Amino acid sequence: MELVRSHILVCAGTGCSAGGSEKVIEGLERWLKSEGMDKEARVVQTGCFGLCALGPIVVVYPEGSFYTRVKPEDTEEIVKEHIVKGRIVTRLLYHETADASSSLSETPFYKKQLRIALRNCGVINPESIDEYIAFDGYSALGTVLTEMKPADVVDIIKKSGLRGRGGAGFPTGLKWELTAREQNDKKYVCCNADEGDPGAFMDRSVLEGDPHSLIEAMTIAGYAVGADEGYIYVRAEYPIAVKRLNIAMEQAKEYGLLGRNIFGTGFSFDLHIRLGAGAFVCGEETALMTSVEGKRGEPRPRPPYPAAKGLFGKPTILNNVETYANIPWILQNGWEKLAAIGTEKSKGTKVFALGGKITNTGLVEVPMGTTLREVVEEIGGGCPNGKKFKAAQTGGPSGGCIPAAHFDIPIDYESLRSIGSMMGSGGLIVMDEDNCMVDIARYFLDFTVDESCGKCTPCRIGTKRLCQILDKITSGEGTMEDLDTLEELCEHIIQNSLCGLGQSAPNPVLSTLRYFRDEYIAHVRDKRCPAGVCKKLLQYKITDKCTGCTACARVCPTGAISGKVKEKHTVDQSKCIKCGACMEKCRFGAIIKE
Amino acid sequence: MPNTKTVVPFAATPEQMERLDGVIARHKGQPGAAMPILQEAQEIFGYLPEEVQLKVADALGLSLSEIYGVVSFYTQFSVNPKGKKQVAVCLGTACYVKGAADILERVENKIGCKAGSITQDGAFSVDATRCIGACGLAPVMTVDGDVYGRLQPDEVDGILEKYMA
Repeated sequence: MELVRSHILVCAGTGCSAGGSEKVIEGLERWLKSEGMDKEARVVQTGCFGLCALGPIVVVYPEGSFYTRVKPEDTEEIVKEHIVKGRIVTRLLYHETADASSSLSETPFYKKQLRIALRNCGVINPESIDEYIAFDGYSALGTVLTEMKPADVVDIIKKSGLRGRGGAGFPTGLKWELTAREQNDKKYVCCNADEGDPGAFMDRSVLEGDPHSLIEAMTIAGYAVGADEGYIYVRAEYPIAVKRLNIAMEQAKEYGLLGRNIFGTGFSFDLHIRLGAGAFVCGEETALMTSVEGKRGEPRPRPPYPAAKGLFGKPTILNNVETYANIPWILQNGWEKLAAIGTEKSKGTKVFALGGKITNTGLVEVPMGTTLREVVEEIGGGCPNGKKFKAAQTGGPSGGCIPAAHFDIPIDYESLRSIGSMMGSGGLIVMDEDNCMVDIARYFLDFTVDESCGKCTPCRIGTKRLCQILDKITSGEGTMEDLDTLEELCEHIIQNSLCGLGQSAPNPVLSTLRYFRDEYIAHVRDKRCPAGVCKKLLQYKITDKCTGCTACARVCPTGAISGKVKEKHTVDQSKCIKCGACMEKCRFGAIIKE
Repeated sequence: MPNTKTVVPFAATPEQMERLDGVIARHKGQPGAAMPILQEAQEIFGYLPEEVQLKVADALGLSLSEIYGVVSFYTQFSVNPKGKKQVAVCLGTACYVKGAADILERVENKIGCKAGSITQDGAFSVDATRCIGACGLAPVMTVDGDVYGRLQPDEVDGILEKYMA
């Protein structure tokens, strides 16, 4: 490897790429060349740094200068000032580190984080196996294959207390043990990378930022349970992740770390990638395996569990990406290290994708037992624009909305379930006073109705009925009995659905009914949406600020606004279609909706 | 989402059919071959008309209904052609709580067709997509692969007009 003076790390994850980081990389390389510095500084594309809200992100080492929202036109200054003259471009620095004495790890966003699954994201070039190896990559696999028996590996994972990070929290070691115990000539190792939960992108960031850790972990799993073949089922919507996985698999094969006779030990393990095709239910384990088999991704009743009868009818283990990302770390650092982090029943860390009405949108990894308040207020920076926090939603369409009253609850699998939500895969969406909780429940049910596979009746018809009732309420046609019907129906769906999708689909409704019942009542009894979201319950009104300029009347598509020039106008509510065009047009702030 | 049989007649070039033959030959015999073949077929034709489904079914020794069952199950597969320019509004949760529904409404009004459909002249199609993962830029829409983030509803018309010229 050539030695260079500076490394310029540029995030090439999906968030920053969408913000134009590819052009930033091009710009940096072009300017380095034209300044004759291309031998002294190297541009490295990395995985996610986590602070997606401020992307594209560029970090220059050895100084560790953390530049945010870098545009292609800023690259000239970064090269000419920082690289050539050694002068840090302060105007681009992350505002928390603008003071030269403050280091990045001390900023509120990073201080409380502990990166295990994301340990290499934003640190190494994901397209270089050498960089992964330089950070102890594949050393765990080497130790496992040359010094350990399969049962020892299973034992370590069991003792670490690691639980499935896909949502349900099943003990990972136990899952491996059950599969290892099966006697069969063929077994499979599968990875669930079908991250369908809207607003969650933890697994994608690992795939994009550290694909080798997944390959290493799956190979270790293969050795531990006695499998020689694996499938990674990944969302087709993640093109960058798929590309990097393919590159990583090629490199690993070339180095003899994947394929036949790994490390010369006689152990062989082969991996395949299968693309999902946009079906949320395929995150359910039996549905995922049916989909890999090339069929409609419908779940089937369990037992038999996949440990006994999984992919192609053979014993199979299935873990998600984040779970696998923990495996090499545990084997390198010892199970005691992981078991020392977290709460009594939930060990280690959890990655959350912070999104919605939160200042620091992005990816964070915190020890289990961190409180929601720490995650949302300290790390996330709270709601932007001085708005009031209303709820945090975890677990996506399977989870619930958590109100501020439960803010100090330490996050683990059990505590979240006790307040009507769930860990889920790690999406954490923040909502403020402008979000209507009935509308949010309706949004998630709309999603579930669309994604229900239709195999079992409680889910197929039950969720549809839930959605219809919520539609009725958000249209102002709900009755108080509807609220009771909702609760009763939810219970039936939970009790009788075939798979996890149906069993958890009512959670958004139940949790909002539990914590935000007053909002439901306002919709039903007062025909009012307190947050001003539900269109059919809104009325556009013109206040005394109106100067009679007629701009609103001219833009109104239905002729609902009338009034004489230079006199206050009025809205005919029977004609108004609530498009909001008038409010946008008004230069005097005279039109309000309530 | 409307996924009914399209009225646009199927017209494939000999090159396209040849590529499909190649894809089928490459995957045939593999376990679970139907999905990868259909995914690559959709890349070739842009959608999966009945003619293509029938060919895949025949090649794999399956019935058309089995293949159609797979095609209709997954949202990624479309039996309708897409517009020459494709507009997609992300309706993931992060975008939704930041007002993606208003963005979609503006797009539908400006383009003149509903999400999941195509304009009569075939110039545009509009889709409401699941989370595209750019949650830091919410709310987000993409036009022909170009990403527009942190959108305000009144910016939509201007952006789309650039593609209409």
